[in-house]
Amino acid sequence: MSKFAGNEIIHQYLRHNKKFPHVLCAGCGHGIVLGTLIRSIHSLGIPKDDVVVVAGIGCSGRLAVYVDFNTIHTTHGRALSFATGIKMANPRLNVICLMGDGDALSIGGNHLIHAARRNIGVTALVLNNNIYGMTGGQSSPATPEGATTMTNPYGQLDKSFDTVELARGAGANFVARGTVFHVNRLEKIMVQAIERPGFSLVEAITPCHTQFGRKNKYKSPVDMYNWLKKTAITVERYNELPENKREGRLPIGVFVERDRIGFEEQYYAMQRQLLKPAAKGGK
Amino acid sequence: MARKSKGNNSVTIYPDWCKGCGICVEFCPQKVLGLNDQGKATVVREANCIRCGFCELHCPDFAIVVKNKEEPVEVEMENGTPKPKAKAKPKAKGKGA
Amino acid sequence: MPRRKKRKEIFALGNEAVVEGALLAGCSFYGGYPITPSSEIMEIMAARLPKIEGGVFLQLEDEIASMGAIIGASLAGRKAMTATSGPGFSLMQENLGYAIMAEAPLVLVNVMRGGPSTGLPTSPAQADVQQARWGTHGDHPIIVLSASNVQECLDMTITAFNMAEKYRTPVILLLDEVTSHTREKIEIPNAGEYEVFSRTVPSMPPEWYKPYEETVRGVPPMPPVGSGYRFHVTGLTHDRNGFPTQRPEEIVELLERIHRKIDQFFYDIQLVEEIRTEDAEVCVIAYGSVARSAELAVQQARDNGVKAGLLKLKTLFPYPRRHQEKILAKARTIIVPEMNMGQISREVKRVNMGRASVRTINRIDGRIVAPSEILKVIMQG
Ligand SMILES: Cc1ncc(C[n+]2csc(CCOP(=O)(O)OP(=O)(O)O)c2C)c(N)n1
Ligand code: SF4
Ligand code: SF4
Ligand code: SF4
Ligand SMILES: [Mg+2]
Repeated sequence: MSKFAGNEIIHQYLRHNKKFPHVLCAGCGHGIVLGTLIRSIHSLGIPKDDVVVVAGIGCSGRLAVYVDFNTIHTTHGRALSFATGIKMANPRLNVICLMGDGDALSIGGNHLIHAARRNIGVTALVLNNNIYGMTGGQSSPATPEGATTMTNPYGQLDKSFDTVELARGAGANFVARGTVFHVNRLEKIMVQAIERPGFSLVEAITPCHTQFGRKNKYKSPVDMYNWLKKTAITVERYNELPENKREGRLPIGVFVERDRIGFEEQYYAMQRQLLKPAAKGGK
Repeated sequence: MARKSKGNNSVTIYPDWCKGCGICVEFCPQKVLGLNDQGKATVVREANCIRCGFCELHCPDFAIVVKNKEEPVEVEMENGTPKPKAKAKPKAKGKGA
Repeated sequence: MPRRKKRKEIFALGNEAVVEGALLAGCSFYGGYPITPSSEIMEIMAARLPKIEGGVFLQLEDEIASMGAIIGASLAGRKAMTATSGPGFSLMQENLGYAIMAEAPLVLVNVMRGGPSTGLPTSPAQADVQQARWGTHGDHPIIVLSASNVQECLDMTITAFNMAEKYRTPVILLLDEVTSHTREKIEIPNAGEYEVFSRTVPSMPPEWYKPYEETVRGVPPMPPVGSGYRFHVTGLTHDRNGFPTQRPEEIVELLERIHRKIDQFFYDIQLVEEIRTEDAEVCVIAYGSVARSAELAVQQARDNGVKAGLLKLKTLFPYPRRHQEKILAKARTIIVPEMNMGQISREVKRVNMGRASVRTINRIDGRIVAPSEILKVIMQG
């Protein structure tokens, strides 16, 4: 635990012509995700110029403006489609999407499943705070059953998505979940996600005290971190628990590791084949 | 290893960046930090710091820097990008192929 | 005229000609979703682009993603396009606004079919003219072009790419089902016979580059993402660095600049063809396939001794008002035939300001406007 990139290094990745502290609320987990992302990129030794951060709309999307990479703040839910275009146009780039739970699972749900199915070589970070943070605390598809939100004042009726299962089902190459309390694990996961070819998805559980916590009995940001500390459990240990003990526990870790090559590699391989003199006139 | 460095560390908090969320104060295993009357984090028992890294890694506002007084980290830059520590693998990224 | 190399001639659909034009203009990225009557553009691109070094063809999950992908590709330095029809055009509007705001060059072809909603998938219409102008929300500039025959489909697609690159803006090419599904002989221009314009890239060290800086032309240079110029792109109203802003003076500066960069080059952007307008007392203003019928009607009217003329609009927006002013010097009557309930005639009337009498011919039944219909109105004077 002694060898980590501290904030002095993080500071080198922040935009020096942006105002800090950033606009997010005190204790918002999104900032920790950003720090963790920077550390993963740093530890992989990827030059800033080769990183493209493509963000959606939401508090999570606001992060992009603060980091000194190529940053693109897109439209709500559409980050993955922009990212797909960038990756196909220039496969050399490391393309990383920052999306909120509403962004990725609701308005952008279709793009998410198709990015996974297509296996485009993009890393998708879903910053799941179980709520629409930016717009003031309305329900998202990740809001747990029974929770209180601005648009479900009498309690959420519908079931929430399991992001991991969704991505697995859609065919993602790499699927993992971490929390901003367990940052070292989260960093490891992110490194793996960025390294692995094809589509990778990392769900980062990140507390929004302002819009979710306050309405759901978490008196302070710290309470929410304590909740993460208590509920999260490694997927290995989770799998050993008897069914009846699993209720309310949050498995974290790597869930899916597949070895399909990325769509862009497949595409350009096909192109090389087509351009081979011998293949001319072939199918 | 980390523990050995007890008494050897400096903890700096940038009050302008601290939003007083209290995460660092709550979870510091050595109770090094506290909140002052302006609601900002301050260092109260620096000598106890074991440089475990929790506060630095969890501050959502990058407002804390913990250093070893004897061997401070030099941030080496290469084309505007900080160079990763010695052992980092400059291997070809799967996705960059 | 200098002797020129013989051009290759082919029989092509309007939609095929669009592809030829796009490839000549340097298009190397297509992202789309199938929809009649634009699908041939996509299908031909699917066959052609993978066989061009670096060419990318992508079928996306919907039209929203299609726009997202081509904007991404454009930011990464590609000349990119998509094609669609009515319902798909509606889905593209949000990201179209993004492209305007981020100043991402791209070409969007909309082959108009009958609407609203699913409407008449296989019948022609020109009912998306005002949507092309005002479909995305907020005050915004836009360039909208059209083509009235297959050769123009090719030529105007090249023009669309050139304008997109020159002005860092999305350009919409509006076709109608008739033009896109007509098959006729066209000439493919030889290399060097047509202009190809590519975006200006910055020529200063990265630290000095401001992605949304004021420039004389109002068009800031644009490096491909990943080329060493790291900057922020956003659909939020932004300052010269591309960072979101709420400052009144910066908001105004941005919005005025993106309008000015297009408005001030009206002479380059507003394209028309004037057919016997010099002395025309009765003048037809038409575009798309209807302009073809109009040209025939004007000829027949001339044969009958009526001083008729045609102002064929190749650029619909920014509306070529100066060209209309010119014909207003002579014309008593202006006739505006369209396959809609009166969309370009609104612009015509706005410029006319009561000077000539403006008569409209509107077909909304999925049938073309025949020359005889236009001739009849011309002969009424
Ligand atoms: C098309 C569209 N619809 C709605 C909105 C309004 N909107 C902005 S952010 C947001 C939700 C954000 O929630 P989430 O994606 O979970 O991000 P968070 O703020 O929680 O990080 C919504 C609905 C929008 N910007 N665009
Ligand atoms: S509203 Fe929630 S998600 Fe948004 S900045 Fe505040 S804590 Fe973070
Ligand atoms: S974690 Fe950071 S922002 Fe929160 S109280 Fe500590 S120093 Fe301040
Ligand atoms: S490094 Fe660890 S021990 Fe030192 S102040 Fe931070 S949390 Fe406390
Ligand atoms: Mg959210």
